[in-house]
Amino acid sequence: MKNKPVNEIKITLSALPENEAVARGCVSQFVSRADPTVTELADVRCAVSEAVTNCVVHAYKGEIGDIYINARLYGDGRLTVKIADKGCGIPDVALAMTPLYTTDKNGERSGMGFAIMQSFCDKLKVRSSIGRGTVVFMEKYLGR
Amino acid sequence: MQNLIFKETDGELTASLYGELDHYLASSVRERTDGEINAARPSRFVLDISGVSFMDSSGLGLIMGRYTVCRGLGIDFVLRGADERAMKILDMAGLCSVISTENVKKEGEKNEKQACKRN
Repeated sequence: MKNKPVNEIKITLSALPENEAVARGCVSQFVSRADPTVTELADVRCAVSEAVTNCVVHAYKGEIGDIYINARLYGDGRLTVKIADKGCGIPDVALAMTPLYTTDKNGERSGMGFAIMQSFCDKLKVRSSIGRGTVVFMEKYLGR
Repeated sequence: MQNLIFKETDGELTASLYGELDHYLASSVRERTDGEINAARPSRFVLDISGVSFMDSSGLGLIMGRYTVCRGLGIDFVLRGADERAMKILDMAGLCSVISTENVKKEGEKNEKQACKRN
């Protein structure tokens, strides 16, 4: 039987820039209960911020859609965070995940969002379909 | 609370940022910063992020953008007061050797001078 989480949160937020801080704040509050190290907590905060910013900037492109966050903690210290949107989708996920790659024309986006998520998590999976949305799945072991 | 404070002395313009440097803050301070740089045309522009408690890739984008603006105008760009996490993100983008930094904060210390670490 698959492991059941010992704790779980589900949040739905409007894709607004001011909610980026709300999203990473909620998840980091949730995670802080699991006694993470300072670095682990900062890693999670940053990774969540990246995924949510992608929803605001790229998935909905300024339109106000919903962002769905589901964070789960397991008994072995494993944290999973799923961040989903119903936005435009990513045509080429592998390309989007290339460090420094950005679709932004005026040079204000660094193109490092996925690279940061990858670096700050133990596992990162991205599933996307055009016109239907994107799901980012992150996994990280805490208290190591 | 003010998120952005400018100071100008002897051809040097300093922009001090406060709060969490994410997409929300970055997009709200970008235009004002470029406006000040264009108006003052200093010989040196310092972006002081010692008052920043959080930074992600949008913050990195703001730094890269201001670096590019300054370079285009022949202005020396300096990033002041980055902490270890900000330096780590800068390093991921390969910017540690490109961007001049000063007063890099070590964990638990303030305004400690430190060379950019590559690890």
